[in-house]
Amino acid sequence: MTLADILAGIVFVALNAYAVLGGADFGGGVWDLLALGPRRERQRELIAEAIGPVWEANHVWLILAIVLLLTCFPPAFARLGTLLHIPLSLVLIGIVLRGSAFTFWRYGADEEQRHWGVVFAIASLITPFLLGTTAGTIASGALGEARGAKGDGFYAIYVAPWLNPFPLSVGLFALITFAFLAAVYLTLEAQERELQEDFRRRALAAGLGLFLAAVMALLFSLNGAPRVRDGLIFAAWALPLHLLTAAAAITALAALWVRRWRVARAAAVTQVSLILWGWALSQYPYILPPDLSIAGAAAPAATLRLVLGALALGAVVLLPSLYYLFRVFKSSVRAT
Amino acid sequence: MSDLLAARSQMAVSLAFHIVFAVIGIAMPLMMVLAERRWQVTGHAIYLDLAKRWAKGTAILFAVGAVSGTVLSFELGLLWPRFMAFAGPIIGMPFSLEGFAFFTEAIFLGIYLYGWDRISARAHLWAGVAVAVSGVASGVFVVIANAWMNAPTGFELVNGQAVNVDPIAAMANAAAVSQTLHMTLAAYAATGFAVAGIHAFLLLKDPANAFHRRALEIALLVAAPAAVLQPLSGDLSARHIAVHQPVKLAAAEALFRTQPDASLTLVGWPDVAVQETRFAVEIPYALSLLAFHDPHAVVQGLDAVPRAEWPNVPAVYVSFRVMVAAGTYLALVALWAAWLAWRRADLAHNRWLLRAVALATPMGFIAVEAGWMVTELGRQPWVIYGVLKTQDAVTPMPGLVVPFVTFTLLYCFLGVIVVWLLYRHIIRSPAVPEWRGFYMPPGSGERGAGSST
Repeated sequence: MTLADILAGIVFVALNAYAVLGGADFGGGVWDLLALGPRRERQRELIAEAIGPVWEANHVWLILAIVLLLTCFPPAFARLGTLLHIPLSLVLIGIVLRGSAFTFWRYGADEEQRHWGVVFAIASLITPFLLGTTAGTIASGALGEARGAKGDGFYAIYVAPWLNPFPLSVGLFALITFAFLAAVYLTLEAQERELQEDFRRRALAAGLGLFLAAVMALLFSLNGAPRVRDGLIFAAWALPLHLLTAAAAITALAALWVRRWRVARAAAVTQVSLILWGWALSQYPYILPPDLSIAGAAAPAATLRLVLGALALGAVVLLPSLYYLFRVFKSSVRAT
Repeated sequence: MSDLLAARSQMAVSLAFHIVFAVIGIAMPLMMVLAERRWQVTGHAIYLDLAKRWAKGTAILFAVGAVSGTVLSFELGLLWPRFMAFAGPIIGMPFSLEGFAFFTEAIFLGIYLYGWDRISARAHLWAGVAVAVSGVASGVFVVIANAWMNAPTGFELVNGQAVNVDPIAAMANAAAVSQTLHMTLAAYAATGFAVAGIHAFLLLKDPANAFHRRALEIALLVAAPAAVLQPLSGDLSARHIAVHQPVKLAAAEALFRTQPDASLTLVGWPDVAVQETRFAVEIPYALSLLAFHDPHAVVQGLDAVPRAEWPNVPAVYVSFRVMVAAGTYLALVALWAAWLAWRRADLAHNRWLLRAVALATPMGFIAVEAGWMVTELGRQPWVIYGVLKTQDAVTPMPGLVVPFVTFTLLYCFLGVIVVWLLYRHIIRSPAVPEWRGFYMPPGSGERGAGSST
């Protein structure tokens, strides 16, 4: 394993953390939009209280992944920015609206309160969908050098790669994944039995939806993402990974069924992380398939070594701080 | 509108928007920590109310700053992929460090904002200190990256490729110290005077309000030292660019011809076509004196480089004058307030000072925006000075006017909302009748303690 491999792995760890932490904050927005029934307002309040102290810190995982990418793998960053300009710009608009609307809603509240709640919820729906679409486009291998150089039309270069069944199905998959995570976490956040039950039902439904979306994405990958398909079916590590992922998924649903919330949370995080690493392994050694490899995109070794050192130092500050944040806001053992 | 101009405009709008929130995010936490500390020392609820109110404003402004900063980190790739492909390995390091600093800032701001009842008073204050320190660190790292664009180093150029990359040398570039110092002081001066100005304005309307008096004192305590030191840091910057970026200085001063004994133009209008400054009011020898601390020093003019490599001279020239004028105003008001405080006068009773401080509310931010226009426009046509031209860095994607207009509308909308929310919920007198007077509790060690009205 080379230095570049290690740093690519760290970028992916940051993305993984963003998915299970920041992703769940988006998922909370989805449940805000879908709040139903007599406890609608209490559901929304619970979601906002759960997100409030942590969403900004969770969001930084994405920024960390981006700055590490632009430092360690600049050609990949440049190509992503060029070919995915449109979906990434839309992601940014979603990020801006989600974050500011949430803050306006929580801090500027009075009669106009619900307007901001709606903006927050809709932005929470669109952003993960487009982030997932971006990931799907990368996995599909549509971001090759050749495409840009061919002199195709605007649509062929800047739209066609992502406006495709496979990337869009990954977008849907990401959206449901984040909603699933949020519902599972919220069973632990809820103080009251009734709210726990609300989110238990939502988590179970989302878990089922997740399975269906995964099947759909896999079907589209047959034509749309040959590398992912081959990696996930034929590689030596494929079967054990599928078994582990399936075990985690079944554990999460079973634990929800018998109301073992902590077990469900651990299993859900494991399940989502395994899916992400399955993607990463399936396209290794490429950072942007089909032609840009990790080694080919890597910055000079001097830069990589320094970044690795800075990461080690930064982790000494970051990890205890994060631990403290989550201990203060997420540790209290609540209603059983 | 050409794609290059659209990309530059989108970057300019994004930076101009973000910098306001970034600057507030650097200085506001210090003020809220000072207010909280005063509360812990004096036990007076006014300071707690002040800390909480400032924290609430910080929460709104920080969130908008965080998301607009995210936009910028992506825009580096969306608009300038060729710049990042070249510069990433060299100057990505401070961006990565900024990532960590911003992480720390976000974590402890969450703890500070939501942790009033969850952690000890001491831990809460330290969380605020962590926000203030990491906020400064974030700003410093980002400005170091910008300084490298002005004074690129830490690599060798071979056939258009960067080799022998040394990220540490790139961070220790010649512009780093003067730029980070100037920006950090600007953050404290601009934010401090904006807050002081708002409370001065409210004091003019409601002179006996103890809440605004205390707010004014803390805000001036942060703003005034920075505003007084800023001209000295500006001198450092000017002497730096005189040596390392002479074209920028020449544009800022509209100095068309290289000359010794250069005089400083106070006002005037640079006419690029005839290469003369019309209606110029000049101080002889002053430019040579300021740039090199020698009245006879030769100052390089715009004629030192081909016409195609000139920046937009009138824009840089005007921006520079706006920055210096606004900064000078803040420094003079700060000196006046300091002199009054030294003579133990009651600042909140001096209506002329209050008027001057109220007028200073937007001045710091005007200076910040104008200063960035000097440094960014003054570097054109280069994105990396002398190495890569802006036109060679832009994305090949056509139709960039669409994202430019979209993000501009989005930011205009957000800007209006933020101002309105601050006006509605933060900037108003607290509904505590006894604070309306000069009341301060007996034995609190405050001036005027025990007195009422």
